[in-house]
Amino acid sequence: MSILVDKNTRVICQGITGGVGAFHTKGCLEYGTQMVGGVTPGKGGQTVEGLPVFNTVFEAVQSTGADATMIFVPPAFTADAILEAVDAGIKTIVAVTEGVPVLDMVRVYDVVCDSPSVLIGPNCPGLITPEQCKIGIMPGYIHQPGNVGVMSRSGTLTYEAVWQLTGLGLGQTTCVGLGGDPIVGTSFIDLLRLFEADPETEAILMIGEIGGTAEEEAAAFIGQHVTKPVAAFIAGRTAPPGKRMGHAGAIISGGKGTAAEKVAALEKAVIEVAQTPADMGAAIERAIARNA
Amino acid sequence: MPRGVVARHAEEAAQAFADLGGTLAVVKAQIHAGGRGKGTIKDNPQQRGVQLVRSAEEAADVAGNLLGHHLMTIQTGGEGQCVRQVLVEEGCDIARELYLGVVVDRAASLPVMMASSEGGVEIEKVAAETPELIFKEYFDPTRGLDSFQARKLCARLDIFGPSVRSADKFLKAIARLFADLDCSLAEINPLVVTGAGELLALDAKINFDDNALFRRGAIAELRDTSEEEPMEVQAGEAGLSYVKLDGNIGCLVNGAGLAMSTMDLIKFHGGEPANFLDVGGGANVDQVTEAFRILLADKHVQAVLVNIFGGIMRCTTIANALVEAYKTVGFNVPLVVRLEGTEVEEGRRILADSDVDILAAEDLSVAARKVVAAVADG
Repeated sequence: MSILVDKNTRVICQGITGGVGAFHTKGCLEYGTQMVGGVTPGKGGQTVEGLPVFNTVFEAVQSTGADATMIFVPPAFTADAILEAVDAGIKTIVAVTEGVPVLDMVRVYDVVCDSPSVLIGPNCPGLITPEQCKIGIMPGYIHQPGNVGVMSRSGTLTYEAVWQLTGLGLGQTTCVGLGGDPIVGTSFIDLLRLFEADPETEAILMIGEIGGTAEEEAAAFIGQHVTKPVAAFIAGRTAPPGKRMGHAGAIISGGKGTAAEKVAALEKAVIEVAQTPADMGAAIERAIARNA
Repeated sequence: MPRGVVARHAEEAAQAFADLGGTLAVVKAQIHAGGRGKGTIKDNPQQRGVQLVRSAEEAADVAGNLLGHHLMTIQTGGEGQCVRQVLVEEGCDIARELYLGVVVDRAASLPVMMASSEGGVEIEKVAAETPELIFKEYFDPTRGLDSFQARKLCARLDIFGPSVRSADKFLKAIARLFADLDCSLAEINPLVVTGAGELLALDAKINFDDNALFRRGAIAELRDTSEEEPMEVQAGEAGLSYVKLDGNIGCLVNGAGLAMSTMDLIKFHGGEPANFLDVGGGANVDQVTEAFRILLADKHVQAVLVNIFGGIMRCTTIANALVEAYKTVGFNVPLVVRLEGTEVEEGRRILADSDVDILAAEDLSVAARKVVAAVADG
């Protein structure tokens, strides 16, 4: 078992004819992902990496039975690409694109929430169920199948964490990069529900960072609803108060959003907190030992 | 809005006071940071960033104290920012000072208008100590703020009578501006109610979403890079994300989360990071060389830590860039390099075979300890 994607997931790439889209389509194919096609408006009929290209997501789904997509279209068109995937009934939408305007995501967010689709991202590395399905840009070889669920707001920091886990012999069920933007489709809480319900996931590693209150909300949720051991790390403990942030940014969180407050909320929920980024793998070991 | 004139010299400030024709004016330092009213001039702590003046001579004196000097506020950091312009603004009959701000609330995934009767300079304190005195109305960016929401805010702010109508227009316009110009922050502080019951925006601060500038050409043209940290501008042009800090250990990392964590680890081991620098996922040799140039141009940097977890970025790319930067830029400080991920063996071999003098580290903690030790020994 795993969450969201497995060996049966059929994946298309929106923006497959672009350099980046083609490159990562190849990477996912090589990893063993069932890539079944791609979409670029106006380029239907071509092929990329031997895969058929369609003009619309609707056509791609009809012809290939795709139920997941990874989006590499430029930022100005990403909101539209997400809406098109929702409209076509795609189950798992992964938006890798970085630089999407925040108000575009405000407009998309409600539509996604009211639909059966799950959106991961934007501005995220994607997600991977080791040796079954990789949708995104992460290096596949650092992962190993196993029983730890990983969720993160960061990209390379997630690789660092996974590398430590694999080094300790702790494989992963599914690793999800939520994305670093202020508004993303899937929250820690959404994934906690899925990991808690997944019989194969035995422990959960959460990697957060300063800003917003997602970690505090997740901590409260874990305290009430999660029975599995959880470890966490917060990046940015020493970052200076956002100098480009105005008064209003500080107000909206009511003084929350600092690393110290996030760590306090996590510790209150009896979550094992990694003290440094080098301690993430060991923190999961401690969490598992404590729960045993 | 009250009338105001921008001045770049003391004489212009005196002239501005005369032109405004009143007996009272306010001289305000124009920098890209808030907290000016409480901020002070770096080499003249008696002088604040905003001051009331009662004559043309006084306006000239205050302008002279501000122009060309560095103003430090809670938002500028220890170096402060150089004041290049002041605004001379007519004084007004202030009955009450309010706060008004619009941001996107991440948790709600919606824009929110916030208002407080506890306005003026202490809004951060209000947020921290009495958040219940900040009133919020969420709105859809396509529809904007509704009239009933404006009335609700007025009621909570004790705005009555004819002022309500002007507030309705004013609040809706701010919400519209926020949505139509892709703002990330629109703040009126203070929003003043005059003795006559009129609403006046005495000061405003607007931040724009960098990601949306491609469709806001008129806003993009307003950018004044002389108000920004020169190295941050240079880095931005090279596609790098760089923030200057006050320490002495330069950092070069791929990915924002890993870059922040690397800073945390340096600090954990007793060092002080000189910067945040994210070279991104797909940087090429030219970008990485530029990154080294920027790092080494900071005269406070006494050692550099390179931490790369290659995903899309290959370790060979960073190794080749390091060798290239060594040839073109030259390193005059100790360099600790930690490489991991895609093509790591090949990357390490490139560095080992080169004549670049580096301290290699395979583990994150070891790397941080080595760079802190290098500074201590230096």
